[in-house]
Amino acid sequence: MKPRVLVLSGCGINCERETAHAFSLPAVGGEAVCVHLNDLIAQPDRLDGFHIMVIPGGFAFGDDISAGIVLATRLRYRLDRPLSRFLGDGKLLLGICNGFQVLVRLGVLPAAKGQKWDQEATLTTNDSGKFEDRWVYLQIDPACPSPFVQGIDRLYLPVRHGEGKFLTRDDDVLRALQANHQIAARYIGPDGDAAPYPWNPNGSVDDVAAVCDPSGRVFGLMPHPEAYTHRTHHPRWTRESLPEEGQGVAIFRNAVHFARTHL
Amino acid sequence: MQNVTILVVSPRPQMRDVRGETLLRSLREDAHVAVEHVSTAALYTIRSPRSVEELEPARRALFTDAVVEESRWDQRPSIPCRWIVQVAMLPGVTDNVGRTASRALEEMLARPLEGEVYTSSLYLFDGDLQRDDVELAVRDFLANPLVQQWRITAAADWRDGPEAFLPPPIAGADHPPRVASVALDISDDALLRLSQEGLLALNLAEMKAIQAYFHDPQRCARRQAYGLGPAPTDVEFETLAQTWSEHCKHKIFQSTIDYQDEHGTSTTIRSLFKSYIVRATEEIGRRVDWLRSVFHDNAGVIAFNEEWNLAMKVETHNTPSALDPYGGAITGILGVNRDPFGTGMGCRLLFNTDVLCFAPPDYSQPLPGRLLHPKRIFEGVHRGIKDGANQSGIPDVNGAVVFDERYSGKPLVFCGTGGLMPARIGGEPAHLKTARAGDYVVMVGGRIGKDGIHGATFSSVELDEASPASAVQIGDAITQKNMFDMLLEARDRQLYRCITDNGAGGLSSSVGEMAQFSNGCELDLERAPLKYPGLDPWEILVSESQERMTLAVPPEQLEAFLALSTRREVEATVLGTFTDTGLFHVRYAGDTVALLEMAFLHDGLPEMRLPARWQPPRFNEPAFACPADLTASLLQLLGRLNICSKEWVIRQYDHEVQGTSVVKPLVGAQNDGPSDAAVLRPLPDSMEGVIVANGICPRYSDIDTYHMAANAIDEAIRNVIAVGGRLGHIAGLDNFCWPDPVLSPGTPDGPYKLAQLVRANQALYDCCTAYGVPCISGKDSMKNDYHVGDVKISVPPTLLFSVIARMPDVRRAVTMDAKQAGDLVFAVGETRDELGGSEYYAMHGAVGNRVPRVDTQRARTLYDALADATQRGLINACHDCSDGGFAVAAAEMAFAGGLGMHLDLRAMPRAAAVTRDDTLLFSETASRFAVTVPAAHGAAFRDMMPAGSCGEIGSVHGGPEFTITGLGGEVVIASRIDELKAAWQRPLAW
Repeated sequence: MKPRVLVLSGCGINCERETAHAFSLPAVGGEAVCVHLNDLIAQPDRLDGFHIMVIPGGFAFGDDISAGIVLATRLRYRLDRPLSRFLGDGKLLLGICNGFQVLVRLGVLPAAKGQKWDQEATLTTNDSGKFEDRWVYLQIDPACPSPFVQGIDRLYLPVRHGEGKFLTRDDDVLRALQANHQIAARYIGPDGDAAPYPWNPNGSVDDVAAVCDPSGRVFGLMPHPEAYTHRTHHPRWTRESLPEEGQGVAIFRNAVHFARTHL
Repeated sequence: MQNVTILVVSPRPQMRDVRGETLLRSLREDAHVAVEHVSTAALYTIRSPRSVEELEPARRALFTDAVVEESRWDQRPSIPCRWIVQVAMLPGVTDNVGRTASRALEEMLARPLEGEVYTSSLYLFDGDLQRDDVELAVRDFLANPLVQQWRITAAADWRDGPEAFLPPPIAGADHPPRVASVALDISDDALLRLSQEGLLALNLAEMKAIQAYFHDPQRCARRQAYGLGPAPTDVEFETLAQTWSEHCKHKIFQSTIDYQDEHGTSTTIRSLFKSYIVRATEEIGRRVDWLRSVFHDNAGVIAFNEEWNLAMKVETHNTPSALDPYGGAITGILGVNRDPFGTGMGCRLLFNTDVLCFAPPDYSQPLPGRLLHPKRIFEGVHRGIKDGANQSGIPDVNGAVVFDERYSGKPLVFCGTGGLMPARIGGEPAHLKTARAGDYVVMVGGRIGKDGIHGATFSSVELDEASPASAVQIGDAITQKNMFDMLLEARDRQLYRCITDNGAGGLSSSVGEMAQFSNGCELDLERAPLKYPGLDPWEILVSESQERMTLAVPPEQLEAFLALSTRREVEATVLGTFTDTGLFHVRYAGDTVALLEMAFLHDGLPEMRLPARWQPPRFNEPAFACPADLTASLLQLLGRLNICSKEWVIRQYDHEVQGTSVVKPLVGAQNDGPSDAAVLRPLPDSMEGVIVANGICPRYSDIDTYHMAANAIDEAIRNVIAVGGRLGHIAGLDNFCWPDPVLSPGTPDGPYKLAQLVRANQALYDCCTAYGVPCISGKDSMKNDYHVGDVKISVPPTLLFSVIARMPDVRRAVTMDAKQAGDLVFAVGETRDELGGSEYYAMHGAVGNRVPRVDTQRARTLYDALADATQRGLINACHDCSDGGFAVAAAEMAFAGGLGMHLDLRAMPRAAAVTRDDTLLFSETASRFAVTVPAAHGAAFRDMMPAGSCGEIGSVHGGPEFTITGLGGEVVIASRIDELKAAWQRPLAW
């Protein structure tokens, strides 16, 4: 049976279709369904039928007040129990861009101290003060426990955000994240070294682009893996020799593989 | 009891205040205000019976991001400063964040707020500043008095507490709805005054047609039966004015024109629209099988493949953008989104494209009254489009920014949107729709307020002192996105029969137009959901409040439709029914307030007859020798505003959301070269593509609008060819933005401007038929003048020609960046001595006379040959030559590819008259490309090109040098790609 993926939609989420498509690619092997947030609230038990849940990119509730906060509030007040159960069962939860912001607001990420629902970090206004669409290089931490990044060394993906600067509440949290290898991916320059703006596009501390919870099963990232599933997505596909499959696919395949073998 | 309490959220002391830093920079650099520090805070004014204790959890969890922010009730941040400024909305102005905050608060409180949240901003300025300095900063940078209010307080006078802040901007009035009747038995002068003072934009003939309609005794008798007097009600009068506005009826394009050419030969043209635009499309339509719906719906529709259709529309939002750049532009982009969405049974939206025309941002002349500084307009418009497009999840894939001082009176803001619709829904063609008698009139989406009243008529007059604030409004992308998501579900379940958008003219237009299908309607306006109380019936009917669609829902689907809308939190309201009575019948609380015959409403408009006289202008031909240092000329050209990099604009648009992007707006080795056109792959499992491109060259209008239009059309099409497209399945969209061409005391040169319009249309017919590119939709905006006191500023006549094309396989797409050392460089297309209206002449302060002339027959052959070469995979890079000519195109190719070039002009195909290096380098002759080809394919490529149209002029190499040898055999340009690129990137690197 194909692992089932719930892709959240509605209320200003806008990357649900390409995200569902990425999970459903033959090379990935998931069965993805877009479910409107309000339909899930109306029938919260539906979540039990899924192995992976994704909060895709977009502008949930316009990112009013601050990015992701209103969707996080609605999830906390309306889907607290089914979400806790989902996480308690060790299922996979992925947040991409706006979805990452939501998970951080909810406190399910990074949960460095092991306490969920406690906001330890934030994704705030880029140092540039601007929303920017640009491609970035990522270095995966080989010791990261997250199933989403197993076997991946580097990635090249687009970021498209105005609020992606990752900061922790205090140095303790940051040190814990580093020690636990929860910083799944860092922005790097084209030659692989740490590099300033625009390579780190937002000013994130320690160049953080993606984090996971200590179990690795909750994973969030600012770049968009669903935006690079085919060679023609690459900004230089007309000048470089590239494989047919885009680099973002590996993340979805990893998740589906893990669900198939563990859930 | 309604308490008012203010929550103040500010960055924690050790955290960066990026907003404050950005503002500080622009105040110091642009306003030259001696401010030393700016801090900001977000304010939430909560008006509700809920106590601060009840609200406290929301302060911590909802409003404050504790990692970077701190917050307090009714106190300003304790930061040392001299002045404190609060900027808030005026009553009734859309406050998206406030509304979201109210809803989120209710979610947390688990009970109604019984009040509202209003957002505003607090700025704390430090430095040696007088009140006047602060006033200036607020007026020029922080706030717009049309939509905002502010309070400036000296820090020394500040006392914390709710009174320190502005009171909440509560909207609405407590008066009962009124219906007035309009006395029309008055003198001609009084009729005209009535039109002017009411912002109705009706001329005397139109006023008299209305007068005559209401004089008819039979009509009076019928009106009496419905309880109406003989005089029109304000509801009827306003409905007629909206429906008959230039904006809605395109009166100038429909008028009869007496045109006299330069030889004194006169012709009578009955409707420019029918004579040139429709006729071209009809002729082409007999030869192609992919036209689906042209001109009569909100957008044009063509086939994409067997299963899918494409729809596209381009609109302008010029006047609102002049008054409030942010609000004008965001409503422009969200407004044009509703056009393809309201076409046929509706579209999923695929892309946006934006072309913006401004005065130079470094404009330093004194500004006449009411005008905002061009840089402020540029930034505000850009921010509006960025927010609208990004939040809607629609990629902004392509566009242009054009600069000319004459856009200081009115900027031009062209917003275009394309969508994808199934070819059939439930077995029926999806590009068709109808409303039947008995169907419900259902309004979906946002609520109605006073915002945007008179937008349609207002855009039909020049900008002057009396231009009202009510025409300005702010868009709400998320309300619209939710509505679109819900309506796509309803469409696929076939829950409605007809759909259209509420744009200009509001309900009066949307319902009035849809009622033509069934031949009548009945509306009950008291059912319309309002943002706040106190609107009169006429205001409800003509308000242009955004984010609304009007639908015809069959009775048997109403319940399912309303249930879906409730589940999606999208407001839907039954306002009435479509009928077949032949009457546009409007009631308020049971009383008839409007009763107009459908035939009069739509066809009662008297036709205009206008004079046009063409007299070709003569400019001095500049007499300067070919400069000795052409390297300096090239560097200077690359740094001109119309040529330089627009990365600052593009980078802030999300151009990749939806995962369809194939050729992005920025391409090349560093992802920063200027792409010619966008290529998209709309279906994730198919390699079929869509190409989107634009052409615009208003400078040529100074010489001859015929050639301006021909070049714009050619530019759009050659951009399609450049990225790998081909003639055969390309559709066009024409957007005319003109100065008022109607002869009047204020416009004594009306006949010349109208002749310019005639000539542009003649070119459109000639080029579209020659290329086989039918126009499928278009728009005209005919009053782009600013007139205050003695100052009149008119835009140069501007045609934006946008195209949408099908590409069978996106893997054949080509980008403009040089790809590899050793590739051969070809100049494709003959260069002629056509520097008239060029950037090069403009740089020398001249216009000249030899404007580029498009030779469509030669171009066709060339375009087909180039498409064949692309198809065979012979081409590595291709770039269109436009502003700045061949030299600019070649330089852009080189630095975008990170590769040098050695070129030799002696091999360039050229007309015999061209003897100067600068002419060859910078002439803007149409239908030309710079192409790079792998050395192994050089001979094959040359053989495929038409004789005399192609020259191998050099090669790409791995070093940084960029050199060009002149006709005399000496190097005339010697530069490096980093130097060229720096010159090109510098001007707008903000």
